[in-house]
Amino acid sequence: MTSAAATLQKPKRRFKLTKRVFSYPYVLFMLLFVVIPLVMILVNAFLDADNNLTLSNFADFFTDKSSLIILANSLLVGVITTAICLIIGYPLAYILSKMPSGRVLVLFYVLPMWVNFLIRTLATKAIFIAIDVPLGMGTVIFGMVYNYLPFMILPLHTTLSSIDRSYIEAAQDLGADSSTVFLKTVLPLSVSGIISGITMVFIPTISTFAISQLLSNGKIFLFGDSIQMKFEQGLYGVGSIMSLVMLAFVLISNFIINRASRKSGLSIGRSLW
Amino acid sequence: MSDNIIEIRNVTKTYGAKDAVKNASLNIKRGEFVTLLGPSGCGKTTTLRMIAGFEMPTSGQIIFDGEDITTLPPHLRRVNTVFQKYALFPHLNVFNNIAFGLKMKLIPNGTKRNRKGEEVQLYRKYTKAEIKAKVDAALKMVDLEDYGHRGVSSLSGGQQQRVAIARAIVNEPEVLLLDEPLGALDLKMRKDMQLELMDMHRRLGITFVYVTHDQEEALTMSDKIVVMRDGVIQQIATPEMVYDEPANAFVADFIGESNILSGVMLEDCKVEFADTVFECVDKGFKRNEPIDVIIRPEDLKIKSAEDPMTILTAKVVSSVFKGDHYQVTLMAGENELIAHDTATYEEGSTVGLYIKPFDLHIMHKSRIINEIDTEMADENVVWISDGKFECNCPFEAGTPVKVQVDFDDVEITDDEEDGIIGATVVSSIYKGSYYQCIVRTDDYYDFFVDTDDDWLKGDRVGIRIAPEKIIVERREVADEGAPAETPAAVPDQTLDESERAAANAADAPENTDTASEKADDATGEVEK
Repeated sequence: MTSAAATLQKPKRRFKLTKRVFSYPYVLFMLLFVVIPLVMILVNAFLDADNNLTLSNFADFFTDKSSLIILANSLLVGVITTAICLIIGYPLAYILSKMPSGRVLVLFYVLPMWVNFLIRTLATKAIFIAIDVPLGMGTVIFGMVYNYLPFMILPLHTTLSSIDRSYIEAAQDLGADSSTVFLKTVLPLSVSGIISGITMVFIPTISTFAISQLLSNGKIFLFGDSIQMKFEQGLYGVGSIMSLVMLAFVLISNFIINRASRKSGLSIGRSLW
Repeated sequence: MSDNIIEIRNVTKTYGAKDAVKNASLNIKRGEFVTLLGPSGCGKTTTLRMIAGFEMPTSGQIIFDGEDITTLPPHLRRVNTVFQKYALFPHLNVFNNIAFGLKMKLIPNGTKRNRKGEEVQLYRKYTKAEIKAKVDAALKMVDLEDYGHRGVSSLSGGQQQRVAIARAIVNEPEVLLLDEPLGALDLKMRKDMQLELMDMHRRLGITFVYVTHDQEEALTMSDKIVVMRDGVIQQIATPEMVYDEPANAFVADFIGESNILSGVMLEDCKVEFADTVFECVDKGFKRNEPIDVIIRPEDLKIKSAEDPMTILTAKVVSSVFKGDHYQVTLMAGENELIAHDTATYEEGSTVGLYIKPFDLHIMHKSRIINEIDTEMADENVVWISDGKFECNCPFEAGTPVKVQVDFDDVEITDDEEDGIIGATVVSSIYKGSYYQCIVRTDDYYDFFVDTDDDWLKGDRVGIRIAPEKIIVERREVADEGAPAETPAAVPDQTLDESERAAANAADAPENTDTASEKADDATGEVEK
């Protein structure tokens, strides 16, 4: 009986090209380039210069005032950049979503992303110097907004243009003039787009490096820059701790954003996250 | 006139080159349940959207309660809409969806004198308690008392439908517009909602304008049915009238099942079809006028062949059980007939048929020959639409001519390339022994064609006509100085008779054409 069952089962054991097989290369890729580096950072965080197990890296970071100020600065720049991107991006995305040729025009806003961001930032810096704008916080934020605006416009445009016209008509039908239609239907229905826009701008800005250094002549030092420096100086332990802190912030902000989006009424429209 | 809440006057809506609604005129009385009925793309939804204000008519006027509202934006109109896919706001719960309109509404709140001593109307918003009372009443009306706090996406289709209705009626509109509101529901639910809507209409006492493609729904619910096709109103009448006295073959074919046969009116009360002379009750036709006869399947009585009442004998082709009746297909000579009977008949047996004179519905043919005003392209070549057709006619190029082609003589080809001009099949109606198709050329001339085959609506086909079948006559141009007609101008002059009549119905109630008196509120029966 058992042998019969075994022979019946045997053909199943053979290799089959199922859907699952296609995921193997990606799983391998994730392991190599995401999981292993993360593990390495985690291990590094608990090792001192002589590869002994230690917690001193934590103490070093959390007692170093300048590191904490840099962290606070980074969060501030992130918040300001995100706010400016939203203020510029929302009306723009709204107008574009109403235009029949909006899709093509969005491309023009995304187009600069095809140029390497270092080259763009260096060019921006050259322009600022040429027109005698003092490099500092203002220019750093300008550079950030310039770099991350497309990431705000894209999800907003996607969400806004996928709002069913019938909701707008229903609101008009029930007596809403155009400003009420916007406040009571379009805005709440585009919350998911706002949230993915914020996620896509805020998280990269707090961890970015180079933009701040270049556009402030090294005067403004953000968290990303200081991580880069720690690794350059061979302080792998502290660098790893800082990376973990960064990661924690990304996870926390993701969590808050997700909570907010669930509360606001879930899967309205399409969003990128 | 004052009891009309809505008057649509000669409204046309054009999208690009296509007319969605052509010169439609319609009066809707206060408190009436009016249904706009027609196949998809007939312009019924466009008409509704123009009443709601979402579309502006290209020309014509819409009058609401004596006021011209043609260009008034939707939020200022005293109508509310129940949308086809409900369009409930997903970010609001049921209560807030229904309260949406109330929260914005301003209500009169006494008057006061301003500094100049003029009386000024004051307005206020509803209070929270008033809104709650109204929303609760609306929820009660649609049987969803305990659903206020629910999210709309957690409701079933039928419940969403009810919320959509509650959201519209809570604003106490004078007219409720319903755009295929039951389209997404299953059959059982649809039947229940039909009854509920009728009940609601009675209780609220407001005007309902209802759009549907479901003829049964229209017949069940309406006080008045507006049958539309290709943007043109075909008939405006009570459900009974639309069913019993359809204005033309299209209406007869669309509303219920029917046998449509070609016949000849011999004299008053005498009609010949299927090689038999029948008594009927229709008068006022020309002698020997070709007409269409419509017989509803339930009016075709099957008797034994020897029965003294038998007028016509036929062979049973098939008999299919349909629940409450058998559908019996019969062959009387060349003509196929469908009858509904409570008994079944053996296939191949010969039976007798009897039709009460009153049950024969006789209609003018909308056209008896294809007639086109055009001009010669060359000797023996005539322009028809954009194509050069060979004919036997020696007139020189540019001569204005009238071309006539019999329905039988127009040849439809499967492949557009095989025809001289291309065209699209607009309709195909079975007439007992052949199909009468309407094919529309690219410059909007409708050819009537009798064929043995059923052509698929919307298909592209070619049109061919044998040279000897084209009858060409010299046409007198009324104005000597006028330039010769160009082929491009042809479609305007050759608009299908019935369409033109229906379109002008409101302007010309004295017009005796079949379609027109139907438009004049359903009561005229000129044929009788």
